[in-house]
Order: sequence, then structure tokens, then C-alpha cells
Amino acid sequence: MALLDVKDLKVFFHTRNGVVKAVDEVSFSVDKGETLAIVGESGSGKSVTCYSLLDLLPKPPAVIEGGIANFDGEDLLACSSDRMRHLRGNHIAMIFQDPMTSLNPFLTIGEQLIEPLIYHPDTTLRLSRKAARTEAINLLNEVGIINADTRFDSYPHEFSGGMRQRAMIAMALINKPRLLICDEPTTALDVTIQAQILKLIKQLQKTRDVAVIFISHDLGVVAGIADKVLVMCEGKTQEQNTTKEVFNNCTSAYTKKLLSAIPKGAKVKASEAQAGSTLIEVNHVKTYFRDFSGSSDVLVKAVDDVSLDIKKGEIFGLVGESGSGKSTLGRSILQLTPMTSGSVVYSGTDLCTLESSQLLPWRPKLQMIFQDPYASLNPRMTVYETLAEPLLYHAVANKKTVAQQVQKLMDAVGLDRSSVLKYPHEFSGGQRQRIAIGRAIATNPEFIVADEPVSALDVTIQAQILELILALVEQRNLTMLFISHDLSVVRSICDRVAVMHHGKLVEQGNTETIWAKPKMPYTQELLQAIPTADLKR
Amino acid sequence: MHSPSQTSQQRSSLWLDAWIKLRKNRMALFGFAVLATLCVVSLLTPWIAPYSYEEQDLMLGATPPSAAHWLGTDIFGRDMLTRVMYGGRVSLMVGFIATAVALVIGILWGAIAGFIGGRVDAIMMRIVDIMYALPFMIFIVLLMVVFGRNILLLFVAIGAVEWLTMARIVRSQVMALRKQEFIEAAYSMGLSRWAIIRRHIIPNTLGPVIVYTTLTIPSVMLLEAFLSFLGLGIQPPESSWGLLINYGVETMEEYPWLLIFPGITLSLTLFALNFLGDGLRDALDPRASKD
Amino acid sequence: MLRFIISRLLQAIPVLLVVITVTFMLIHSAPGGPFSAEKAVPPEVARALEAQYNLDQPLWQQYISYLSDVIQGDFGPSFKYSGRTVNELIAAGLPVTAELALYAMLVALVIGISAGVFAAIRPNTLQDYIPMSAAMLGICMPSFLLGPILILVFGIQLEWLPISGWGDIPGDKILPALTLGTGYAAYIARLSRGGMLEVLSQDYIRTARAKGLSERLIICKHALRGGLIPVIAFLGPAFAGLLGGSFVVETIFQIPGLGRFYVTSAFNRDYTMILGMTIFFAGLIIVFNLLSDMLAIWLNPKLRQQARGGN
Repeated sequence: MALLDVKDLKVFFHTRNGVVKAVDEVSFSVDKGETLAIVGESGSGKSVTCYSLLDLLPKPPAVIEGGIANFDGEDLLACSSDRMRHLRGNHIAMIFQDPMTSLNPFLTIGEQLIEPLIYHPDTTLRLSRKAARTEAINLLNEVGIINADTRFDSYPHEFSGGMRQRAMIAMALINKPRLLICDEPTTALDVTIQAQILKLIKQLQKTRDVAVIFISHDLGVVAGIADKVLVMCEGKTQEQNTTKEVFNNCTSAYTKKLLSAIPKGAKVKASEAQAGSTLIEVNHVKTYFRDFSGSSDVLVKAVDDVSLDIKKGEIFGLVGESGSGKSTLGRSILQLTPMTSGSVVYSGTDLCTLESSQLLPWRPKLQMIFQDPYASLNPRMTVYETLAEPLLYHAVANKKTVAQQVQKLMDAVGLDRSSVLKYPHEFSGGQRQRIAIGRAIATNPEFIVADEPVSALDVTIQAQILELILALVEQRNLTMLFISHDLSVVRSICDRVAVMHHGKLVEQGNTETIWAKPKMPYTQELLQAIPTADLKR
Repeated sequence: MHSPSQTSQQRSSLWLDAWIKLRKNRMALFGFAVLATLCVVSLLTPWIAPYSYEEQDLMLGATPPSAAHWLGTDIFGRDMLTRVMYGGRVSLMVGFIATAVALVIGILWGAIAGFIGGRVDAIMMRIVDIMYALPFMIFIVLLMVVFGRNILLLFVAIGAVEWLTMARIVRSQVMALRKQEFIEAAYSMGLSRWAIIRRHIIPNTLGPVIVYTTLTIPSVMLLEAFLSFLGLGIQPPESSWGLLINYGVETMEEYPWLLIFPGITLSLTLFALNFLGDGLRDALDPRASKD
Repeated sequence: MLRFIISRLLQAIPVLLVVITVTFMLIHSAPGGPFSAEKAVPPEVARALEAQYNLDQPLWQQYISYLSDVIQGDFGPSFKYSGRTVNELIAAGLPVTAELALYAMLVALVIGISAGVFAAIRPNTLQDYIPMSAAMLGICMPSFLLGPILILVFGIQLEWLPISGWGDIPGDKILPALTLGTGYAAYIARLSRGGMLEVLSQDYIRTARAKGLSERLIICKHALRGGLIPVIAFLGPAFAGLLGGSFVVETIFQIPGLGRFYVTSAFNRDYTMILGMTIFFAGLIIVFNLLSDMLAIWLNPKLRQQARGGN
């Protein structure tokens, strides 16, 4: 018999703009000790499904319209709130995406860890603080926190992201639940940390014999951890099968689309730039910040003596984890962030020596695409205004031709001409990124810095935007610095690549050379940490 | 610089959204209606007031509300409705003008600090912090004592107290905007500083400024009423609601209507302005509109 | 933390100096001398009075001697209450005002926080609307209106409570404390509701629920600490406001506290008294702002460690 058996679950959100069918007749089951992955893009209802099991949805607007969730003989959807409190944490535990916001910043890690023990809903099972402490420290050791004894009294902000997620896992397991629900537990983490956490979850699942529901948007992550996969899209089940079957013989069109959207392998068509002339020379760039936020100001070496050159017509990848200084380097090259020392020579001119007013004529040639398509567009300007602004400002178009030029731009980035008077909030994330790309190419630039342009997007949208970028680079003879934390994406579109770590350049070279023979240990570690959707490996 | 077809839609649909949201908020609409009525009545007072401001009838004395005097008369036989209407003119005027003073100082100070940033910002905001810590209420009393109860001085003094919060709001708004990627995008597009301010910053700071302005007016009116009540604000022959309440308190045991009517009018006005401000905040706050 | 306190106290010195200088200059530039109110004082008497209060010296000398007196904690003699010093008057009024402010603050905190938290638990229901409407009423009912109304209803109509004095008749402290505290209770209710709503939407509250903690524990242990930060930040300004409010309340209820002294001396143009009390109030407000900032830092582990790190 299955540990959890969900049948025809329906969860609707009753909003001002009508009813949203977040989860529509979804069924699945999890056996003891088994791992089920629920995969889907944003808005697929994967998280809502799991939150509804533990009654964690905000009601209103959420209403569970129907279904049964049989957990070891009782219906989770029908049990009383008192009974639900007994189940939460003790029988079914949960860990969340962002370990920073999911831990209470006002309480020590230890205090949060022992709460389920000392406030156990069943008063006979309550432990004393002292006994709970011993147990919690043992568990912290088990999840790989060093010096658990002293770290017990630390606050969440004193932990790194990976350690926080370890603490979250310990907190979830402390009352020995039989089912652990993991809601995108590694999405907020760097790739090397992600690999460690995935390994830990897998290992704990074996030693503690706990069933796992693993929610993720990333098929690559799922492949390495799940026994069964449920694919969801817009509240509906698309596919449900063993992991092997899903990856090798999927039946639904949506799953196929998802799988094909994962960037795999090398760049299909290399740019003809390999022997081209150098467009940008970056020499010993240092960008330091003073951090005033603390009580004493600290010098942060965001970019520490980086040199590289970018050839005309190529896509140059800049890879690194969060805090590696890759974005700062990109902004320093464009002179958006003041450099401490070094030079950036752009076709013979050292941009660093120019005053900000002298830089203005260079700006149209040097453009930038930003990560967050929500933040990079002025919410009070229509698409028309956003695209017309650079055209008119730099006299690419005049008042007569501007409307026509805007339409051309919209065609170039694949936006519907009829939406020209809409505001950014009326578009989806992918469409917004198209608008931002349209703005960047409006002035016919030569060089574009793309700062994580696809990391905020769902995987199918990501594939479309990458395709668009590749096409534009080729058609318009662009040179691009492509900044990303996602190594598979970088491999799929970049000719050459540089790896950054703690502000320093670790390694650079041809993409395929680095993939085949990474020289530096950090690069090796990074490459090994990439989750792969290829089950044959 | 835009095609004629969209000039009608120039006002961003975010404003339209806000308006739709505001229209759904009954209390805010009520506040708006009360405020509009008060403004119209105040403007027209010299023509629509039932009696003239100077008219008194010592023989009549204080009478409770009647058909001739809807809100009764005071001890000099002056019509209370007339007095409340004229008092409202002063109270509203203080509210609007002192808020305007606060608005101008606060926006300039906050915008400059937010734009220049760094050390200048640190010093300017430190000054605001320090001034926050000063007993301003006492300073206003002091000013009134030293220079006499001058209505112009009152505007300046109240405005000088209320600008601090406005400066903080504008500054934090500008700082937050400066970090936004669309401002960075505008820089990378080569737009001049002024173009960025005019096209990207100002339209996006307007919402919170409008909200706070609406909420400043009642607190200014309250401050004026407070000072007038103590006898340190508006002084006779001018009149304001605070002063009327002051007179009302002196005789409240015998003639309670002299306290009740100006009191209700003041409270109702504060109520209306606060509800309107809250409604505007709900409608214009981007955080509230995300869900 | 110690370094934080010392640096804040050091910053307070120039602030106080500015306060002293500005008030001193303001008062001495006032049209009409301090004795102009008393009619027909013979010139020789006026001169004697001026000599007694050092008014015949040049202004800068008066300033220097006043400053040195203030530094030694001596605010000088009162102009109006002859034979009494400002220090004596402050000493007489302070306990009364402090007690009034304390009760008002208690009223404000107890009613305000419980109403705000209560409302935030079930937002947009009657449980939210009723206390919040009451709070709005409290904000729009200034103390100089609420006080007289309370007197009319509970003092004169119902004759339940005394309407003036302080500590003379049992129960005479109730109405003044309520009058002064209600507005702040309303404000604190709104602040704590907002703070609690913000915190209750945080991810870590969801974590606490998923752990199986009871709602009561979630509210009291996990949410309250973060939710009351806006209230704590408000305590400093609230205290300054209470001092101002005491002018009105002490006048209405005829309470012999600092507020009433201040208003009386403002009317009497008792310059030394105003000067002394302004400086005294400024000092008090600086101290209370410091205390409320310290409380905010102490309650936030991250800030607490930074402050400790700077030690």
C-alpha cells in the first residue's frame, strides 16, 4: 500500500479576476522510502499541490475543491486543524526553496531546531530543552554541519546558504517524519552547493527510510534523485511514469518540449570569430567597493585584477557562482560601475579615461541586457515609449520614421505589433525580456553585455530567448559578453568562456577545450556539479 | 515626441489601475467627497454663509440649534454655522499651504540626498535624523511666543516640521529607483542625467509622494488646531476650528453645542483625509498591487 | 554597544548646543522685554530687576554665563515666580508629568498592540475592521477634543470620575491618562497591525506552521518580535509627542505638571523658564530616542552583533 495516495486533487484560487484552476484533477502516489519528483514550470501548480496536502495555502483565495489525499489511512484534506498540527513536522515535514527567508532571523538555529521537540503537539512526547539540544546537535552533525555544538547558538545570518539549507533539512527531519516534501530545495543555491545538498537528501533518505516528494523546475536535478516523475503544466498532469521512462520514452508533447529545451552539448554553429580581431581588451581591471552597511567599513574586492579580451563577432561566456564578481566585471566594462584601476580598451580607445559626458556618444554602441525582465523595464512606459526612447534620443529615427522603426524592432525580437501600446506588466517574463532585448539593439550596437538574460525564465522560454539571442548576434554582427551561472547554457551558446571565482579569473579558453580538459580544480568542481538530464551517463 | 495615437493613453495605465482600485474603496470615495465638499464650501463661504462674519446679537446670546441658526449661536449671539464655515477656511488653508511648504522642502531635500548619494546623502540624512529628535512642538510654541501669533509664521513653522518625513520618503524612493535595472538601462543607453530624472525617476516617485501628501494635510490641520486650542495659533478676530473648540471647552457645561459642532467638523475632516490617504496608499503602493 | 551609545551621546552635544543657542537668540530677539507686561514699573525698579537677571550686560556675556550655568545643570531663576528657580519648578513638575506619560504609554502600548495583533491575525474580516475603525476614530479625535468629551460624559453627565487634579481624589488619574494615551494607542494599533501582517506573510512563518507549531506559539514567539519593530521605532517620537500632548492634557485637567508650566510661562513670557524647559525637553527627547534605538538594535540579532563587533 502506498504511503500517500492522492486522487483527483483540485485546488482553485478565487481571485478578483476570476477563478484560477491552480491544480486540476491531479493524482499520484508515493510509496514508503520512494522519491517522487513533481516537475513543472512556474504556474504549473506543483507547489500548490504540496502545500494543499499540509494545509499551508492561504485561504482565501485558495479553495480545495475536491479530491482525496490518503496518508497512511487518513484523508489529509478532511482532517481537523488540530489533527493537521499533529501530522505537520511529525509525520510529514517540508523544506523550502529559500533557506534565508525560511528561517526566522530573530531566533537561533538551535532554538528553531528544537521547537518541534519541546512543543510537540502530543504533550507526553515532549522533550526537555536539554534532551532536545543533544538530539538536535546529533542531527546537525548528521547533516554535515561542522562544530554543531557551537553553531547551535548561531543565528541564521551567520550561516552560509548551503549551511542554512542543511539546518532546514535537520529541522524537517528532527521528529522522524515518514514523508519529506522538498519545494525546490536547491534552486536558490549555487551549483556546487546544490550538488552537495542533493547528495545529502539522497543519503538521508536511505539512512532514515523516508519517502520524498521533490518539487523542481529542473529536469536535470530530478534525473539524479527521483524514482518516479510527475510532469505538470497549468494545473494538469502531463505525464507520470518512472524516471527512466520519462527521460527515455516520454509520451506527452509537453514533456518532449521540456526535455528538448534543456541546453545540451556544445554550440551547434561556431561563430566565425575565432581568428577575428580583438574588439575589447580588458587589462588588469580592479573594482573595489566600500561596504558601509556594517559598523566598520570593509573593502570588498568584487573584481580583482582581471584581464581578458573579446574578439569581434564572438559570444564570450563569463561563468561564476554568486558573489564571484562576474556581473560587476560586466558593468565595469561598460563603465556603469566605476573601476578602481585597470583599463578597458574598446577598438583602440581606453574607455576608462573618458569623462561621463565623453562617454555618451559611445553608449549607443555598448549595450546591456539585464537579468530581471521585471525590473529592467520602466513600469510606467509602454513598449512604444521604451523602444522609441533610444531611437529618438540617439537620432536613429526621426519623428516621422519612429513608429515604423519601433515596429521593425518588434518584429526583430518576435513581439506582436499589436501590443505596442501595452505596459510591461501586461506581458509574460519571456515577452518582457524580448522588449529589453529590443531596446538594447535599437541603436544598432556593436557590443552587448548580457547579464544572466535567461536565468529568471522558465526552461522552455529560456530556450526561445537563447535562440533569439543567437539569431540576433549572427544577423546584426554583434559581439556579446554572456554572463551566466548556468554552465549548460553557456556551453550551448558561447565560443569562448572565462571562469570567475571570488573576483579573480580562474581559467579561460575555448568552451569545448575547457569542458573536455578543465585545468583548475575549481573549474573541475563546477563542471562535476552540473546536474544532467542524461540518464545514460 | 510620441505618436499622436497614444497621447490619450499617456497617463500610464498604472494610474488607471490605481483609479479603478480607488473607486472600489468606498471609504476613500467618501473621504474624497467630504474633502471636495469642504473645499467648495470654503471657497464660496463669503457668498453662501447664512450670516456675515462680524454679525453678532448680544441680546440673543447662546442658543441651541434652531431653524434660524442651524448650529446654534455662541455667547455673543454669533451664528455657529457661519463661524464653523469661516473657521474651516482658515483650517483648510493652513492645511494646504503648510503641506505645500513641507512638500517643496521635503522633495528637494530628499531628491538631492538620494541622487548625489554617498557622503552628501549621509550628512543630509543625518541632519534629518537629528531634527527628528528635536522637540519641534516646543519650538513652534516658542516661535509663536516670541514673534507673536502670526499666521504666515505658522505656515512656515508647521511646514518646517512636516518636511522631514517627506524628505525621508522621497530619498528612499529615489535610492530604491536608482538601484533598479531600468534606471541602469537608461544610463547604458546614454541618456543624460536630466532625461533620466524627468522620464524615469519623477513618474515613479509620484505615487508615494501623493499618498504622503494626502496624509500630511490632516496632521498639519491637527497641529494648527492644537496650537490654536492652546491659544498659541490662530488668534481672534480670525478663527479656526481649533480656536472654536477652545472656546467651546470653556462653556461646554452650559452650551455643549459650541464644542460639539466644531469638534465633529474637525474630526470628520481628519477622518475623510485619512481614509482618502489610506485608499490612495492601497491603490498606488506597488507592493499592494502585486497580488 | 557601548561605542554606539558613546558616539550617539557625543553627537547629542552639538545638537544640544544648537538648541541652546537658537532658543537663547530667539528669546533675546523678542520684541519687548520680559517685564513689559507688567504695567508702569518705575524705571529704577525695572533697572534693578534687569540687573538682578543680568539683563544689563551685553548679549554675548549673558550667553556665555547662561551656557556655563546650564552646563553645570543650573537653569537660573524664574522671571515670574520670584524667588524660585527653573530647576525647582522642573523638579516639581517632572514627577507629575512623568507619571502621566507613563500611564498614557501603558494605555497606548497595551491597547494598541493587542488591538493591532488581534486585527492582523484575521485580516479583512470583522475582527480586523472593528479594531481598525476604532483606531481610525482615535487618530481623528485629537486629545483636546477627546479630553473635554470624556469630561462631559464621565465627569459631568455620569459623575463617575473626577475631572481635574492629580492624586488628590482617587481616580483622578484615569481620564488624563486615557485622553493622552488614546491617540497613541490608535497609532500603535495601526503600526503593529502593519508590522504583523508583513511578518505573517514571511516564509519563516510558513516554516513554523509546517513544523506543527500551534498558532499561539507562531504569533507569540515567531511573529511578534519582527512585527513590533515598527512600534519600537515609533517609541522615541511617541515620547516627544507625549510631552507635547501633556501641554493640552495638563491644561484641560488642571494638572500641575511640566506641560502646564510650559504653557503658562509661554503666556507669561517667562523667558528663563521657557529657555530652561526647552533645553530640558530636548535633552529628554534625545535620551528617549537613544533608548528606543538601543531597544531596536538589541531585538535584532544581526544589528546586535554588529554593535557588539564595534565594541
